[in-house]
Amino acid sequence: MTATAILPHPVRASSVFFALLRRDVRVARKEIAFFLVRTTMQPLLFVIVFGYLLPKMNFVGRGYQTALLPGILAVSLSLSAIQSVALPMVQDFGWTKEIEDRLLAPVPTQLIAAEKIVAGMLQGVIAAAFVLPIARLVMGPISGFTFSHVGELILIVLLGSMAFSALGMWLGTAIAPQQIGLMFSVIIAPMLFFGCAYYPWRGLDAVPVMKYLVLVNPMVYVAEGMRGALTPDVPHMPLAVVGVALVIVAASFWTLGMRSFYKRAIG
Amino acid sequence: MPAIETRSLRKVYPAPSGPKRRGGGGPPPGMGAAPMPPGAAGGPRGEIVALDRLDLEVRDGEFFGLLGPNGAGKTTTIGILTTRVKPTSGSAVVGGADVGSQSVQVRQRIGVVPQRPNPDRSLNVIENLIFHAAYFGIHASASQPRANQLLEQLGISDKAYAKVDEMSGGQQQRLMIARALIHEPQVIFLDEPTVGLDPQTRLSLWGILRQLHAEGRTIVMTTHYMEEADKLCDRIAIVDRGQLLELDTPEALKQRAPGGTLVEMSLSGDARPVVDAVRAVDGVLRVEAQGQLLRVFSDRGGRVISPVIQAAEENGVSVTNISLTEPSLETLFVSRTGRKLD
Repeated sequence: MTATAILPHPVRASSVFFALLRRDVRVARKEIAFFLVRTTMQPLLFVIVFGYLLPKMNFVGRGYQTALLPGILAVSLSLSAIQSVALPMVQDFGWTKEIEDRLLAPVPTQLIAAEKIVAGMLQGVIAAAFVLPIARLVMGPISGFTFSHVGELILIVLLGSMAFSALGMWLGTAIAPQQIGLMFSVIIAPMLFFGCAYYPWRGLDAVPVMKYLVLVNPMVYVAEGMRGALTPDVPHMPLAVVGVALVIVAASFWTLGMRSFYKRAIG
Repeated sequence: MPAIETRSLRKVYPAPSGPKRRGGGGPPPGMGAAPMPPGAAGGPRGEIVALDRLDLEVRDGEFFGLLGPNGAGKTTTIGILTTRVKPTSGSAVVGGADVGSQSVQVRQRIGVVPQRPNPDRSLNVIENLIFHAAYFGIHASASQPRANQLLEQLGISDKAYAKVDEMSGGQQQRLMIARALIHEPQVIFLDEPTVGLDPQTRLSLWGILRQLHAEGRTIVMTTHYMEEADKLCDRIAIVDRGQLLELDTPEALKQRAPGGTLVEMSLSGDARPVVDAVRAVDGVLRVEAQGQLLRVFSDRGGRVISPVIQAAEENGVSVTNISLTEPSLETLFVSRTGRKLD
């Protein structure tokens, strides 16, 4: 019999890429509520305590909210981008092996990893877009908040989500499933707290050692970039520096993530 | 042109390192093993030689069986042929494409049924098929009717819109077969497809596999069930410790089995001192000792049992268990590998 009756020759890589993406979007849509609760609960609780309760109690000044909001968006973006790639990778390679049907797709293995990273980026953006109106609602009007730098904002969001989605790919394929809890306490938690999300980087002028130590943390650049784009009046790192740093970080994690995925996929 | 050809295929896994960095530690396709330099086998570091210069040729349209015990190298062979494992050295060609340099083309020509069902549990049954087809560039308008037809053919059409988790193990295995067929591959690989299935489900799967074979597909199946290989396969390769021991039709292999019935006896002590006495018994063709196990090939069936027991007891050991196996693939296998399949 003719075995390839309905199989086009050769299969177009772009069509496979979009099929993979459609699959991830379909699955994400089914689980959107869980996804949002899982990835935005932490930043939203932070908004309530530090963006609403503490200002109400007059423990922090009103200006703090302006510095906090871009940081909260950076956390939502980064955290959900990491998680939406790392957790499925740990599961798929660790025990369910569900990804094997996609590893049999007639495209280079790297394309399958690239699609996962793009899907993670999308989910990061969705989480940040979900958090923004709620945070605005909880905190009330934010002085100095502007959407006038849309181009810069898009650039920061794209680079930031790619960096963290790729980091999720790397962590999810390099860490043993038993150690996934450790990933949160040893990598994610310090990244959040020393990521200049809850305070502006320039605020660390008060602690110069910290100011330079935190520069190894990629979260710093997303948070500072968000500040530069959304609340430019808050003292922040120059956007050009942020842009260059994020390109380097995203390219490094992309390379590490791809390499690690390939190693897990092909024995 | 053969459907599959391997030349001197070799796979060496590095020795398992102390603290395990990678999760799972499952079968080779999931392992993150770095390629080993050739000739590292049996080296001081305890590398694992999974395949040792394997040469195979599977003909177009053939139902080919890879028979061997656990750890024989079957899954590694399938892993290499399905582009999921990189050989350390040697070459393999599937459907005319090289597994290393043309892995994309190979994937386009093959369907794989894994050892354990691994459906996409986030999708329902028919979505599993339609998305898998989409990964092969097939539009839903073409894959939807084909998916329905496959589900019908495999007797799970009532589950089309069910969640995968609502299916039994046997039904999930059928879904895996449907998934492997949705893109009309030239060659289908099945890795121990009936492990863990109840006898009835196994029989019905055999029926499905026979039908696929009758449709003219090339099928490569690994199994460690003799009966399965005997009943289904055109030709069987017996592999053990990464090497090809025998390759022929089931009939020819059975004829090659050492003459006579295999009588296996468990003894209360070492079997070696008994061998000479037992060899002298009338009707005994061959005797092997392995620890406390005595293997006797007899051309007089079970009639040798009584004198063999007597000979053993005269040498100070008693017989604690006896089993008889007629000349079969199994007796051939035992005589070639020195161990049983299960």
